[in-house]
Amino acid sequence: MRATRSTLFRSYGVLMLLLALTAAATRLPPGPWTLPVSLVIALAKTAIVFLYFMQLRYQRGLVRIFALAGFVWLGIAGLLTFADYLTRDG
Amino acid sequence: MSTAADPELSPFRDAEQRSVANHLGLWTFLATEILFFGGLFMAYSVYRYAYPEAFAEGSRHLDFWIGTINTALLLTSSLFVALGDHAIKAGRHATLRGCLIGAWLLGALFLALKFHEYHSKYVEHLVPGLNFRYDEPTHWAPQIQLFIFLYFALTGLHAVHMLFGLGAIAWVLWLDLRGRVTAQRHGGVEMVGLYWHFVDCVWIFLYPLLYLIAHR
Amino acid sequence: MPDYLAAGHTVRSWLGTLDHKRIGLLYLASITVFFWIAAGAAGLMRWDLLTPQGDVVTSDLYNRLFTLHGVLMVWFFLIPSIPNVLGNFILPLMIGARDLAFPRLNLASWYIFMAGGALVLYAILAGGVDTGWTFYTPYSSTYANGHVMLMAVGVFVTGFSSIATGLNFIVTIHKLRAPGLTWFRLPLFVWSLYATSLILVLATPVLAITLLLVALERLAGVGVFDPKLGGDPLLFQHLFWFYSHPAVYIMILPGMGVVSETIAAFARRRVFGYRIVALSSLAIAVLGFLVWGHHMFVSSQSVYAGVVFSLLSFLVAVPSAIKVFNWTATLYRGSISFETPMLYALGFVGLFTVGGLTGLFLATLPIDVHVHDTYFVIAHFHYIMVGGMVMAYMGGIHYWWPKISGRMYHEWTARITALITFFGFNLTFFPQFVLGYLGMPRRYHVYPPEFQTLNVLSSAGASILAVGYLLPLVYLGWSFFFGRRAGPNPWGATGLEWRTPSPAPQHNFERTPVVTTEAYHRGEPTD
Repeated sequence: MRATRSTLFRSYGVLMLLLALTAAATRLPPGPWTLPVSLVIALAKTAIVFLYFMQLRYQRGLVRIFALAGFVWLGIAGLLTFADYLTRDG
Repeated sequence: MSTAADPELSPFRDAEQRSVANHLGLWTFLATEILFFGGLFMAYSVYRYAYPEAFAEGSRHLDFWIGTINTALLLTSSLFVALGDHAIKAGRHATLRGCLIGAWLLGALFLALKFHEYHSKYVEHLVPGLNFRYDEPTHWAPQIQLFIFLYFALTGLHAVHMLFGLGAIAWVLWLDLRGRVTAQRHGGVEMVGLYWHFVDCVWIFLYPLLYLIAHR
Repeated sequence: MPDYLAAGHTVRSWLGTLDHKRIGLLYLASITVFFWIAAGAAGLMRWDLLTPQGDVVTSDLYNRLFTLHGVLMVWFFLIPSIPNVLGNFILPLMIGARDLAFPRLNLASWYIFMAGGALVLYAILAGGVDTGWTFYTPYSSTYANGHVMLMAVGVFVTGFSSIATGLNFIVTIHKLRAPGLTWFRLPLFVWSLYATSLILVLATPVLAITLLLVALERLAGVGVFDPKLGGDPLLFQHLFWFYSHPAVYIMILPGMGVVSETIAAFARRRVFGYRIVALSSLAIAVLGFLVWGHHMFVSSQSVYAGVVFSLLSFLVAVPSAIKVFNWTATLYRGSISFETPMLYALGFVGLFTVGGLTGLFLATLPIDVHVHDTYFVIAHFHYIMVGGMVMAYMGGIHYWWPKISGRMYHEWTARITALITFFGFNLTFFPQFVLGYLGMPRRYHVYPPEFQTLNVLSSAGASILAVGYLLPLVYLGWSFFFGRRAGPNPWGATGLEWRTPSPAPQHNFERTPVVTTEAYHRGEPTD
């Protein structure tokens, strides 16, 4: 099974909407939520590209695992590196 | 009898097995790409955590509109590639070619805007290693240079990937013009498409991390 | 079908080959050259260390020697040794495939490897590098006075060859297994190559980008790792060890695989606890990514992170110990014979155990503070890498030699050589444990006179070890042309590779084999 044409167009619509949203958010006064919100939006956009443009939604489990592995391993690198930086004495 | 197999297919048993193997191979390659960019993202995170003010200050020197327009360009070119892939599976060659040309032009336009931005950094004396000079009163100058350096490293590495992508799209287009892409044999379109979408995803993260952290 | 050696005799038939077996031999020839250059550097260092004054080479040259030794041994010998030579040669035969999934990528990876190697050799000839193999900043950035850029680019390039090989193995193991060859019927060598490939693919890119950052820091004059300019040298160490600690497992997992094969063959038994041995390879690969901070205990890393890394490091001992216990249990009541590969495998088990246990000492925070950067560390990782990996590599070469060359070597010469290697190795490196514990730091060539006796012992051992490595060159070289012809299965071993004639045919199998039994199953194959 593959993504249909209308699925692709709808995905594109959502992507552009998210782009508008994250761009518009910069007009609000900055706060501690600025970066997290823009990163969550980026994650959502990536998920849409992976699932529909890259057809991950229609792939077998093995390919999905490999697609995730890169992110998981980057997560390991980040987690343990920050285990150092977040607990230093100053 | 494996010896009777099509030498074109070797070492695979059939086209199906080859297609599955190509997919797995390409996704494994993309996982390595995530970690390749990942090292730079790590450096970014560590220094962003250490110097949030300097990064916000540095981000002010980037052009918000170029960043935003470039994101839109890449998302649109990704749509074109996905549509082209969809079209060739139904054997519509004209649509495929149109889509590939559209994606290629949008990608090229992205790079043109990128180089315009690089050039303006050069004019403003903000290129580390070339002419970096920070005159505004701040004691964050080295850290701001670090941010601008990371900007160049991240977007530069991304641009190199874009160049490879443009070459790959041109190659697939050439294959199609030579009649070597068919509704049954379109692995090249798929592989190049996956790569192009992935490069798009890298930019999806660069955009907020570089352009959207300024206090405007 | 001609055998793969008879399939062509021109230079082009070798340099342009897509046959995994020939590419394996290309790697064999190239890494042997790199090995001897690096071994020569080690020899010079051991010669210099005979006397406390350090009167053979200058301090600067000494720095360049140990850097050369480390860079070549790690990236141009150990990492490609078993995977790229034996893995390339045997993996498709073991799983009943015609070739690796991407033969062109396989050949390309050899050319990339050679390009990287050429850059590194050029850097050495141009004057070398004095940073140590780790390229630590600021040695490699602010204070570099060698050809750091050139050598870093060489290692960077070689990384892509590792990635290509890892990717090729992963896809091959997933997609090209013969019908009936399910995951839990795979020989354990295949499992270990799979685990190794995961590390190659997931860790190497981070090394590449880290070296690129060092290069860019030097080119652009920014302080990515320079505290004066806002950078943090520890970030380099984090990124570097995120690659290089897992890389240590690239340098041992394939050896464990070879040892499993050899012990199963010469104890004539199924490997005890097959499944847990197979899965422990994966466990080592994954856990290996969580422990890199134990290289940084005294580097001003946060002490809390140190404790976490220390605890996680102990975990790696569990799957490693499981393997040792299972090998021992396989030997129990086996009908053992002591052919050369078996001697190397038994040597591996003992030396790896010593190396592994001393690793636990080093993972313990307070002990590491005491022995950090001493010869204790040197001895520890040489027990793993030389006592473990090189022993397994030699064992594997002997074990599969009939399949590679179609001929036998002189058995007793080979057995005695294996014993010489074992003795020479221990004489070289055991005194270094003592030296390190007494406080002799690594990377110094001038030392207090009371350390001389132990250093002389170590240097004497090195010369014996050299004999142990030279002899195989001679008798295997002789055997390649003049040895007695080997049958398809001279060891009476199990496994698909032994069901083909020796040397292996050009396209491996006349008919794709069908597998109906577990690995190491003895008795009539039921197909």
